[in-house]
Amino acid sequence: MIELRDIRKVFNMGKPNEFVAVEGVSLAIVPLQVTILKGPSGSGKTTLLSILGCMTRPTSGRIVLHDREITSLPERFLTEIRRNTFGFIFQQFNLIKGITALENVMVAAYPGGEKHSLLKQRAIALLDVFNLGHKASSKIEWLSGGEAQRVAIARALINDPDVIIADEPTAHLDSKLSGEFMETMRRLKNEGRTILIASHDPVVYASDLADRVIEMRDGSIVCSPVVS
Amino acid sequence: MGRIEAQRNILDFTLSSLLRRKGKNSALVIVYTLVVFLLASVMFFTHSIRKEASLVLRDAPEIVVQKLVAGRQDLIPLDYIDKIKDIKGVSSIKGRLWGYYFDAAIGANYTLMVPPDAQISQGSVEIGDGISKSRQVYQGDLLTLRAYNGEAMLYQIERIFSAESALVSADLILMDENDFRNLFQFPVGQVTDLTLKVRNPREMTTIAQKISEILPGTRPIIRDEILRTYDSIFNWRAGILIVILFVAVLCFIIFAWDKASGLSAEERREIGILKAIGWETSDVILMKFWEGLVVSLSSFLLGIVLAYLHVFFTSSILFEPVLKGWSVLYPEFKLVPFIDAYQVATLFFLTVMPYAVATIVPAWRAATVDPDSVMRA
Repeated sequence: MIELRDIRKVFNMGKPNEFVAVEGVSLAIVPLQVTILKGPSGSGKTTLLSILGCMTRPTSGRIVLHDREITSLPERFLTEIRRNTFGFIFQQFNLIKGITALENVMVAAYPGGEKHSLLKQRAIALLDVFNLGHKASSKIEWLSGGEAQRVAIARALINDPDVIIADEPTAHLDSKLSGEFMETMRRLKNEGRTILIASHDPVVYASDLADRVIEMRDGSIVCSPVVS
Repeated sequence: MGRIEAQRNILDFTLSSLLRRKGKNSALVIVYTLVVFLLASVMFFTHSIRKEASLVLRDAPEIVVQKLVAGRQDLIPLDYIDKIKDIKGVSSIKGRLWGYYFDAAIGANYTLMVPPDAQISQGSVEIGDGISKSRQVYQGDLLTLRAYNGEAMLYQIERIFSAESALVSADLILMDENDFRNLFQFPVGQVTDLTLKVRNPREMTTIAQKISEILPGTRPIIRDEILRTYDSIFNWRAGILIVILFVAVLCFIIFAWDKASGLSAEERREIGILKAIGWETSDVILMKFWEGLVVSLSSFLLGIVLAYLHVFFTSSILFEPVLKGWSVLYPEFKLVPFIDAYQVATLFFLTVMPYAVATIVPAWRAATVDPDSVMRA
């Protein structure tokens, strides 16, 4: 269970371009469910995902993970939590150019200190799951948009996280690939993972996969159905 | 164990990162290697040549006595020997015949000398490697020298010195005393200078003082002074190069700083991605440290090896005119490889450390940004 309590996030604080991205958000993410953050651009979805995924600290408020307050943990511990608990799928995929699909998957697990050969085996197995085994040694820039996203998903799964966080995952995909993505998410949910997606694409928020759709506007939650 | 594996994994990623930026890193390695090569060449060369000179001078006479007229060296009468030989502490004293001969044909100066001990028969000479090569004369051939009056004198070449001692023997001609005196019309009863051996080296200064008192018109030169002069000549020559190279190093540091500190937008993005997917700031810095170390260490080793080959196998072909410019006849000699670990360590800290700092500081700055920057990019 991840819980946010009265979260506020301000960028460029004290400067002329000060900007409040999230204001007064309290939220509990239910494990093993698919939660969608819905809202227009600039509504604070991405910032909230970053805070949920321990990528950035809130300006005020508290984050509780598994009944443990983690807001003020040192960076080292936050990184460890981020690596072991969350798997990220970014809007731009954020894969590293110039290296192979296999290396891109493995790179997220390098600091974990797993034996290189075992890590490689796991990464190949993951690529196989996404039908990318034959592309393992292809450079990332040679892959199609759909293939690149599947590599990004494989990378998000390499550390076997409990929670998958995806930011606008279908923004660069056509309808067919968007549908495939949602199917992948369904599979991950069935595997027992918690899914958090920020999107303003109806393919995502109107999907039957969504257990809960939280609507955001101007940094605040405007509609959050009661969790069953 | 996990930490070691993590290091290995990060190193592995670093190496593939280096290969990805071939252009930038190759340019860096080339410039880096060149700077290390130049610096190491000067260091190897000056160190070895000074070592060689000091080895040669180890067997030199402890004191040389010259006669001065109007502050210039003049011929010294042999009867001065009688005035010096009774000074307490002097074990032996000999007159030495030597001088210079200008060969207009090749524009070089030769050093002519009568060996104090070895006997050379009249009409024969032994010559250095340099003369043999430049005059195209070999053992058994005749060497022509013009006497003081322009008369051509012929000498049979008995031996050519080996290249091992070329530093001092390349331009040397050894000949019989009578031949020497006839060639230069050198007056009988006079020699170029006197050489003394003393029983106790610590008494050298005292003996030199006594000589000055007995023969005020002479100048006694003790061996340590010669060594010091050689040292300062080499230091001066090396100094010129060091100043030039200092500028080169400075340029390199600016270049390295620019290359290493100016992390490209792509590199910054990558650091952001790595942090977002679970790399710690220390992991990123470690990666950049490995990157800097691989570039600097391989360039350092490559530069050192090239400098070694340059100095000890090609006889410092690039520096010869500056460093060995005291004679027209450049001796083609191979220095005995001699490396001072202290100097190599100094070079290491002069070249590797600035680069490591230039790499790590900007990486640290880039690595401390919030990982969510990639989410908002």
